[in-house]
Amino acid sequence: MADAAAVAAKSLAGSRARAASTVLGQVVLPGEELLLPEQEDAEGPESAGQRPLRLNAGTRSRVRVVCGPGLRRSGDRLLVTKCGRLRHKEHGGGGGGVYWVDSQQKRYVPVKGDHVIGIVTAKSGDIFKVDVGGSEPASLSYLAFEGATKRNRPNVQVGDLIYGQFVVANKDMEPEMVCIDSCGRANGMGVIGQDGLLFKVTLGLIRKLLAPDCEILQEVGKLYPLEIVFGMNGRIWVKAKTIQQTLILANILEACEHMTSDQRKQIFSRLAES
Amino acid sequence: MKETPLSNCERRFLLRAIEEKKRLDGRQTYDYRNIKISFGTDYGCCIVELGKTRVLGQVSCELVSPKLNRATEGILFFNLELSQMAAPAFEPGRQSDLLVKLNRLLERCLRNSKCIDTESLCVVAGEKVWQIRVDLHLLNHDGNIIDAASIAAIVALCHFRRPDVSVQGEEVTLYTPEERDPVPLSVHHVPVCVSFAFFQQGTFLLVDPSEREERVMDGLLVIAVNKHREICTIQSSGGIMLLKEQVLRCSKIAGVKAAEITELIQKALENDRKVRKEGGKFGFAESIANQRITTFKMEEAPVDTSDVEEKAEEIIAETEPPPEVVSKPLLWSPGTAQIGGVENSWGDPEESEQEEEDTGSDEAVLLDGAEVDTAPEASNSGSQDTPIVLSDSEEEEMIILEPDKNPKKIRTQTVSTKQEKAPSKKPVKKRKKKTAN
Repeated sequence: MADAAAVAAKSLAGSRARAASTVLGQVVLPGEELLLPEQEDAEGPESAGQRPLRLNAGTRSRVRVVCGPGLRRSGDRLLVTKCGRLRHKEHGGGGGGVYWVDSQQKRYVPVKGDHVIGIVTAKSGDIFKVDVGGSEPASLSYLAFEGATKRNRPNVQVGDLIYGQFVVANKDMEPEMVCIDSCGRANGMGVIGQDGLLFKVTLGLIRKLLAPDCEILQEVGKLYPLEIVFGMNGRIWVKAKTIQQTLILANILEACEHMTSDQRKQIFSRLAES
Repeated sequence: MKETPLSNCERRFLLRAIEEKKRLDGRQTYDYRNIKISFGTDYGCCIVELGKTRVLGQVSCELVSPKLNRATEGILFFNLELSQMAAPAFEPGRQSDLLVKLNRLLERCLRNSKCIDTESLCVVAGEKVWQIRVDLHLLNHDGNIIDAASIAAIVALCHFRRPDVSVQGEEVTLYTPEERDPVPLSVHHVPVCVSFAFFQQGTFLLVDPSEREERVMDGLLVIAVNKHREICTIQSSGGIMLLKEQVLRCSKIAGVKAAEITELIQKALENDRKVRKEGGKFGFAESIANQRITTFKMEEAPVDTSDVEEKAEEIIAETEPPPEVVSKPLLWSPGTAQIGGVENSWGDPEESEQEEEDTGSDEAVLLDGAEVDTAPEASNSGSQDTPIVLSDSEEEEMIILEPDKNPKKIRTQTVSTKQEKAPSKKPVKKRKKKTAN
């Protein structure tokens, strides 16, 4: 009976729903539905209508599968909401793993906990309005800096660059950010220095550069001494000793998106010689 | 969306760089960015790329009655639109000032300079003339829209072919493209706009400003010239005071640049004509190159598997044997069943919770260990980023909620229901008030 139900579900979807395991690494488009592995073999007491995701309702769900960015749960399947490549990571404990879509995006959507670079646009009363590239400017209280008190205000002007993290970021409210961590220490956050260059790249490039053991960063560090700040909203602030070096670094980081690693190594070796 | 504000840091950096004669993309003061012209399959459709600024131009024609005071001339109509995909700040109804300014400049450059012979567009004097309509769409804004738009307009006009018409006495015959080949417009000369941006009250000047440079400039001077050094239009905006030597110098530079750009336009038109004649492939699909994004590409790296066997054997030897398998499920209550051994192999719930607190780093190690086994598969290597980089809340929750001390333990069918019992306390404790999704 369960078999019949599973077969019916598959034929209803027609050719639209594919098994997620067959599509790994390929480009998926928004609107596609993906079947999870355990739905192909409907066994045991579970019927095909089970939801194998997230909410742990008793022991009916056998395997927990997490859908990451670019995917949504629709009924008992995964619905793709962004176009890109489908990826999967097995979870070590046998929990079914994570599915997500690697997609290309330049517009940033504020997410709680993200560290971003913002530009102060207004000072009003107790808060600063900071533009972070989202749909609304974030608010930053003047007390959210290390060592700031009511008497001792931080020295922040309109047009300054701020590195902070979001404490509130959802689609219903304006985002709020702070420049201290939960212990009250700055931890690198706060106003970014006066010189240096700010430029914008895609979000995917930032994630690649912030990955552990990123080769690009190591090679760049060997070239010149530099200071660099990455904001998850696609903004990078870089400063080197001379303007020429800063410009070179900015151009390299922007170009890394479209270069293969061989081309990159060539460019770095050429720069290192000169 | 509101336009992204310019920070003090960027402004200072740009002005300092300009004082040192350095531009963001490494150009010289009088250098233009790369101009790329590509044609579509229809006559009169082209895309012009000036660096990253892209403009699409399309020409179309229609037979209409002429204007009353110009009964023997055809009508030229220009329309530039700033598409919302060009910049986040462009919204319908928001960019009116800039739009009006650009449209006026384009009209003056192309219509008042009489680059297209409008007399030849007349079919029947006073009754029927051709109305040529040029539609320009800005696809990407990276500075210097006016130059790109003027190039796109004139290239589209030179590329366009209108249907052939013959007049015999009272009879007017309009031929379809199948009956007679369409006829090109008669273009007298090719005017091109050249923009100069001024900084520090006219001290420094740059040709072809990019978007960042446009933000910090004091004033803009646009000169439309053709290759015969005839000035078609000149406009200065921004309210800066310019000396007459500066204006003369700019006009000389503009003449040189216009000659170069005109040559490029002629070459592009010639190439397209050749390809179409030889029957080769033409159109945007051929000429616009694909760019590859390598951010998500993981290089295949050779993995050192020399001591994997010993490591695996060690781990197997150290772990406890899996508990006895009981195949029948024990039903505790409706909705809770257990398959497997009776003892809880996770150990004490409190003990494992405390261990959980400070084994955050161990998690990463364990995951890396898992990767050693599967690294040769390139497709799986996307996992290298996930535990730390993607700050998606679901990922973190996933790691915490299924604390996994012995991933390499050889388990048989005891996996699923047993896990529910041990971590049932942990989600409550560890949930960091993430929004319920």
